[in-house]
Amino acid sequence: MNNQNRGMGRSINDPRANQNQKMDKARRTRVVGRILRYMLHYKWAMLAAFLLMLISNLLALAGPALSGVVINAIDPFDTANSGGIAVGKVDFDTVKLYCLLLIIFYAVSAVMSYALAVLMAWISQRISYTMRREVFAHLTELPVGYFDTHQTGEIVSHISYDIDTLNASLSHDLLQICASVITVVGSLIMMLTISPLLLCVFIITVPVSILFTRYKTKKIRPLFRKRSAMLGELNGYAEEMLSGHRTIKAYHRESEIVSRFDGHNREACEAYYRADYQGSVIGPTVNFINNLSLTLITVLGGVFYLMTLTVTGLHPLLVINLGDVSAFVQYSRKFSGPINEFANILSEFQSAASAAERIFNLLDEPAEPADKVDAEALTDTQGAVEMTDVHFGYVPEKEILHGLSLRADKGDLVAIVGPTGAGKTTVINLLMRFYDKQSGTVTVDGHEITDLTRDSLRRAYTMVLQDTWLFCGTVYNNIVYGTEGATREDVVAAAKAAHIHRFIESLPEGYDTVLSDDGINISKGQKQLLTIARAMLSDAPILILDEATSNVDSRTEKLIQDALYALMKGRTCFVIAHRLSTIKNADKILVVRDGLVTEQGTHEELLASGGFYASLYNAQFT
Amino acid sequence: MKRLFAYLCPFAGRMSVGLTIKTAGTLVELALPYILGMLLNDIIATYAGSGDTQGGLRSILIWGGVMAVCAVAALVFNIVANRMAAFVAKDVATAIRHDLFDSTMRLSCARADAFTVPSLESRLTSDTYNVHHLVGMMQRLGVRAPILLVGGLLITLTLDPILTLVMFSVMPLIVLTVYIVSKRGVPLYSQSQQAGDAMVRVVREDAQGIRVIKALSRKEYEQSRFEAVNRELMHDSLRAAANTSVSNPLINLFLNVGLVAVMFVGAIRVNNGLCLPGTIISFIQYFTILSNALLSITRIFMMFTKGTASMNRICEVLDAKDRDESESAAEGVMPLPENPERYISFENVTFSYRGKTDNVNAVSFDLPQGGTLGIIGATGSGKTTLLSLLMRFYQVPVGSGTIRIGGRDIRTMTPAELRSRFGIAMQNDFLYAGTIEDNIRFGRDITHEQVVHAAAMAQAHEFISKLADGYDHKLTVKGTNLSGGQKQRLLIARALAGNPDILVLDDASSALDYKTDAALRKALRENAEVQKASLTTTVIVAQRVSSIKHADLILVMDQGEVIGCGTHDELLDTCTVYSEIAESQMGGAILE
Repeated sequence: MNNQNRGMGRSINDPRANQNQKMDKARRTRVVGRILRYMLHYKWAMLAAFLLMLISNLLALAGPALSGVVINAIDPFDTANSGGIAVGKVDFDTVKLYCLLLIIFYAVSAVMSYALAVLMAWISQRISYTMRREVFAHLTELPVGYFDTHQTGEIVSHISYDIDTLNASLSHDLLQICASVITVVGSLIMMLTISPLLLCVFIITVPVSILFTRYKTKKIRPLFRKRSAMLGELNGYAEEMLSGHRTIKAYHRESEIVSRFDGHNREACEAYYRADYQGSVIGPTVNFINNLSLTLITVLGGVFYLMTLTVTGLHPLLVINLGDVSAFVQYSRKFSGPINEFANILSEFQSAASAAERIFNLLDEPAEPADKVDAEALTDTQGAVEMTDVHFGYVPEKEILHGLSLRADKGDLVAIVGPTGAGKTTVINLLMRFYDKQSGTVTVDGHEITDLTRDSLRRAYTMVLQDTWLFCGTVYNNIVYGTEGATREDVVAAAKAAHIHRFIESLPEGYDTVLSDDGINISKGQKQLLTIARAMLSDAPILILDEATSNVDSRTEKLIQDALYALMKGRTCFVIAHRLSTIKNADKILVVRDGLVTEQGTHEELLASGGFYASLYNAQFT
Repeated sequence: MKRLFAYLCPFAGRMSVGLTIKTAGTLVELALPYILGMLLNDIIATYAGSGDTQGGLRSILIWGGVMAVCAVAALVFNIVANRMAAFVAKDVATAIRHDLFDSTMRLSCARADAFTVPSLESRLTSDTYNVHHLVGMMQRLGVRAPILLVGGLLITLTLDPILTLVMFSVMPLIVLTVYIVSKRGVPLYSQSQQAGDAMVRVVREDAQGIRVIKALSRKEYEQSRFEAVNRELMHDSLRAAANTSVSNPLINLFLNVGLVAVMFVGAIRVNNGLCLPGTIISFIQYFTILSNALLSITRIFMMFTKGTASMNRICEVLDAKDRDESESAAEGVMPLPENPERYISFENVTFSYRGKTDNVNAVSFDLPQGGTLGIIGATGSGKTTLLSLLMRFYQVPVGSGTIRIGGRDIRTMTPAELRSRFGIAMQNDFLYAGTIEDNIRFGRDITHEQVVHAAAMAQAHEFISKLADGYDHKLTVKGTNLSGGQKQRLLIARALAGNPDILVLDDASSALDYKTDAALRKALRENAEVQKASLTTTVIVAQRVSSIKHADLILVMDQGEVIGCGTHDELLDTCTVYSEIAESQMGGAILE
């Protein structure tokens, strides 16, 4: 039941359901090998789990045999003295003994299977925990580029959904398959000991059953795939149209859109029906084959039993009594159950292997290259930065910076202006080594930055970006983030300097108020002020600032402006500038166009030079 | 649920046939263990007693044949019934989903916002899917399991009432187990779910803040933060798992104990001549059937709960009262005489989405026909609210001011009448997978020539004709295969294709360069002359000064109020916020 639910939820909700294609053998072996390595950490626990499973299943297997003994003890047609029904002939000693044995067996089996379930949960949770830790640790090692090119949702799905899938498969399916093997083999042996002749029934029905399910699943799988695909299309269409709700209303196109939706709807329901139509055969047919086995066993068993009762000197192979027939029927049910389950479990394994592969792919993603062996730590930084003839592209085929050069002396205010996509943010990415340039030199205080340790380089910078980043934690922790050893007074001072102290004090818990998505309401502007306070606390000599456009109301805007001026004091500043006042006050304006600095100088110089900047400034502001 | 039955009603005939067949199929299946018991008990006993082996064999074969016939009948009946069930489920699901989508499309914007797009989407997909599944399975398992349970119970009662009672004595224990485990499980489960959410939140946060984390070298700190939530998740999941792990072994144990009890009591009864050994074997058979039926019933129960929850969510949308069609609330308001100088007029309009703080406060202005209105301000300042009110996506309550178009209160117009006057292009507006022509036509009754004409006015014709397939060029979802400027021009073409009186550009022209913008204006003017129609009135909402600086009238919005009103040059002198905005956009705009 669980299996089925899981499988179903996956196929409709997971867009990747269809991508779980079969892997080739070599890849699969590699993946399985790596999973095994995780499991080997718990080899003793695994061994204990295996033993528990073995014993509890064997105990459960003994059930029908023991009950067969009980039935035989009850059966008045003892083969030894065939004759009429005799009341009071039940062998109560045997009945009592075996009933007690049965209860003990079942009780022990129950305790063991509980212990087993808990143990497996423990192992699989430990493995998930370890994997999550490794994946997360690896994420923090990955270059920024990974996060720029992968959606957050995708990363989240690796660490939650994929690991959960693998975990469920490890704890459930693996056990299930072992238990099934034991049950099948065990039942087979038990049936063999009861009556090899009756077993012949399965020579007919088992292959039929296997062939049928294989044939059907092969036929139905594409139908189910089609069903998910159609449903996916329907989802896509619905999402698309819902996002256009207002536009559709504006043009009054509701009926039109609904009639188109109906087409997708019909197709999706039709695909569901077709899969259902074929699928609805499986259950009854499997039941039918089981019923057929039951019928054959009844007939054959009945014949043998009758002969045992009436014919004397029967061949020992044909001798069977009532308890044996009963036990045999029970084993036959145990036997045919798992065989039909195998196909299901195998497909579960397939998706678990795909999930594992996605996890391992993430773990194999190259981390930020290590610092050079002889890399020095940048100390006592003054803040003089120079870029010379830098070439760079996010992908090698598409160069974005074509030999860019710039220079900022200690304490300079450098304004970078230019249209979106000209390479402004790229410059920042290279300065902080979020990405590494392809050629050219970048130096801080005369040191080539690739010869420095990344940590020390980045510590030389502090930054305030347009996309404010706050995490779920207290206001205090958000401000102090990144500055070890700051005291409470330092934090308050920084908040005051950022003009956010009064607001923080007005919060229910003051500095200890927890910021969360659904918690207190904090505006975009206030968030910006908090990140400014964070930057304020740092004594890094270089500031990187991505000026916000007017996305906040005019009052907060003024506060932010003042806070930023305070922050810029005494630092070398690179500002992606939007504000005319910043641009005018800059020691140097860099006009970046198409990956090159086309003009640089002060506002007056640029105006005087009568170049591009001047012509556009005049066009805008006169 | 009542709603669901209403949908099932038209299929009552079909369903009752299907259900009858299903019942028959289940009953014949129940006959199998009955025959098994009978064969072993009565028949063999009788023939063995009389020593008639030949007769016994014949009898066994005949009854075996009956069993085989029953098995075949069960197969055929079940397949036919399942298929009929699937058919009904298909039609019901199609109807429900159609009605739901129809309702969704006709929801007022306020209501749609309240539901939110992801929620509406999941109602349309997974909820209808659940209902589809429910309708299908209820007709199968829903019939099968109770019949197996009741039928099995009845048969065992006829076989031996005492043994039946013994067998069912373990039921209360099983019910109790399920009850206690699920009662303890729900909080444990939701706790581990929360722990999972907390874990995901850290990952999400860090993926978004990776630059800050790296810049501040906080790798170790983040790892320790993750360690805490990760550990918590492991512990909570383990506790939940430990709880659920109890239920299966315990239920199995109770069932098996019941079985042993049946054998033991059976032994006593056989000994007293009250029952036959074969009966016990039948009991063991029925026992398997009954416990499977019991499992199915718990499964149905879960499915039913899930399906009901889904159906309720669907009904919420179906029953949403405030559809768009809600009639005008301003009867008896006399239309003002048509006045081209006051073509669009806001008179002291105040509006609030949630009824608490005013999102728009006391806005008044007049725009002449053919004029251009620019609205600028920060996000959340009320720009888009003004537009929504103008197009009556939201309605201004009576007494909170009046909006007039051509002298008429817009509350006296039907939405269709009102909106047919508009052509609108929004930023990141909606382009769908289909040809360019489809996207411009947007399902309206518009000829190819009109499409081309609109595209030409919107300065889109040039780039479209450069494409290999021209107007038949296929767009991807959201038009991701076009550039921002191309998309804008396409949207404007769509807006113009209906020959609107009023063209609304909601942050739409920000991707247009100055030259294109000017060409568009010129085309609009020429078109009005050629058509001898009145000039198109334009409303532009923008964040950038450059998009609206040529407007005849500019409104500067701040926190829901108009804090500046005039032309670009006037505002530069009179409105500090406006000049600050203009100044703050200098760097970004300077080279665009």
